[in-house]
Amino acid sequence: MRVTITVNGSAETVDDVWEGESLLYALRERMGLPGSKNACEQGECGSCTVYLDGVPVCSCLVAVGQAQGRDVRTVEGLTEGPPGDAGEARLDPVQQAFVDAGAVQCGFCTPGLIVASHDLVERNPEPSDAEIREALAGNLCRCTGYEKILDAVRLAAARKRTAGGKAVRS
Amino acid sequence: MTGTGEEMEFMRPATWADALAAKAEHPGALPIQGGTDVMVEINFDVRRPEALLDLNRVAELTEWDTSGGRLRVGAGVPYARLIRELGDRLPGLAQAARTVGSPQIRNRGSVGGNLGAASPAGDSHPPLLAGDAVVEAESAARGVRMIPAAEFYLGVKRSALEPDELIRAFWSAPASGPQYFSKIGTRNAMVIAVCSFALALHPEERRVGTGVGSAAPTPRRAPAAEAFASAELDWEGRGPLPDAASRRFGELVADAAAPIDDVRGTAGYRRHALAVMARRTLAWAWNDHRAATPERRAS
Repeated sequence: MRVTITVNGSAETVDDVWEGESLLYALRERMGLPGSKNACEQGECGSCTVYLDGVPVCSCLVAVGQAQGRDVRTVEGLTEGPPGDAGEARLDPVQQAFVDAGAVQCGFCTPGLIVASHDLVERNPEPSDAEIREALAGNLCRCTGYEKILDAVRLAAARKRTAGGKAVRS
Repeated sequence: MTGTGEEMEFMRPATWADALAAKAEHPGALPIQGGTDVMVEINFDVRRPEALLDLNRVAELTEWDTSGGRLRVGAGVPYARLIRELGDRLPGLAQAARTVGSPQIRNRGSVGGNLGAASPAGDSHPPLLAGDAVVEAESAARGVRMIPAAEFYLGVKRSALEPDELIRAFWSAPASGPQYFSKIGTRNAMVIAVCSFALALHPEERRVGTGVGSAAPTPRRAPAAEAFASAELDWEGRGPLPDAASRRFGELVADAAAPIDDVRGTAGYRRHALAVMARRTLAWAWNDHRAATPERRAS
């Protein structure tokens, strides 16, 4: 089966995909986008979270054929534009907040948490702690580094508010 | 999960008519909407259907409207939208929807998928039963068939749906009184119900509706408990609910269950928890009803 998906803004076509294959598998193994992580394969851990037509979903639970003709944005697609002069990635403010808050331990859950957090601060620039916890309830960190993760989301939201929305690209 | 090359067809009908035709031609095809149940089974090699029937392109499945004062909700409306757009009219179902999985799961999962899977632990079922919902099924050969929720569940993961039928929508009257859903789990997110309970007051009919989840081979109502509470409540004077009555209601709900011991809990625990949830939800609903300013009646 051939499937064409718009991934991070560009059309990607993959051939000979197995009909039962997940979007996650296609992203990681066929399109060279290993940012979305494969852990539980049952929607429990959130490590494979991507945007599908602007809505965060577990890519392990989307059949790749269901993504035909649709728009997918992965954690790789959150970086802002091309690398800087020193070759450094221009991180999205949520990604930068995770770095600055030290919200990364082993890093495995980080991409999923960043996409889920990105969606939260887009929708709600002033989330309460309860709202942050609710928004991230589907993302597991087995290093249990949740406090720093909450710090990172608060930081990202605060910076977004300070920027007044003008300097921060969605 | 790897591409094993095992034979499986992937069908992507663009219209409802095409979807019905495909299901008629391939009765063994497994419908997939949000994928939150189906893909777990495929990822873990629990199931290899001869074909997947992707319903994502059938736009009307993700729409809802009202007809004759009742809501007709497309089978594929995701829980997140159901909560946002219909939470005021279907509060019991919206409460249940909020307990489904995680935000990512609620963005994809739907009542139609819950019905199709027909797991006794599905969170939608108790409020559908308590609210007298009706399932709209359709086949190319025989057209539309309306199946009351109470007649839909036949056994563990078995429903009244025929192999050539697809679920088009569910119908429900907007809530005419308070509704509550209560669920026991080990966490506040990402849990399959140990057991659950839904209650709906139908004040105009002076009737109480119930739904028991994850405590019998199928979701089911608790008819004796419904009859008891409907007769016991002071609909006229909106008097307080006597403790003895709410306790008796709880016992009758627990009696309606036929739970088993399994990894999530024991039968005894489930019966106990059901009695507690039933007692509490009846008190919450009745107190809401009493607090609500009675509409000035024309008569």
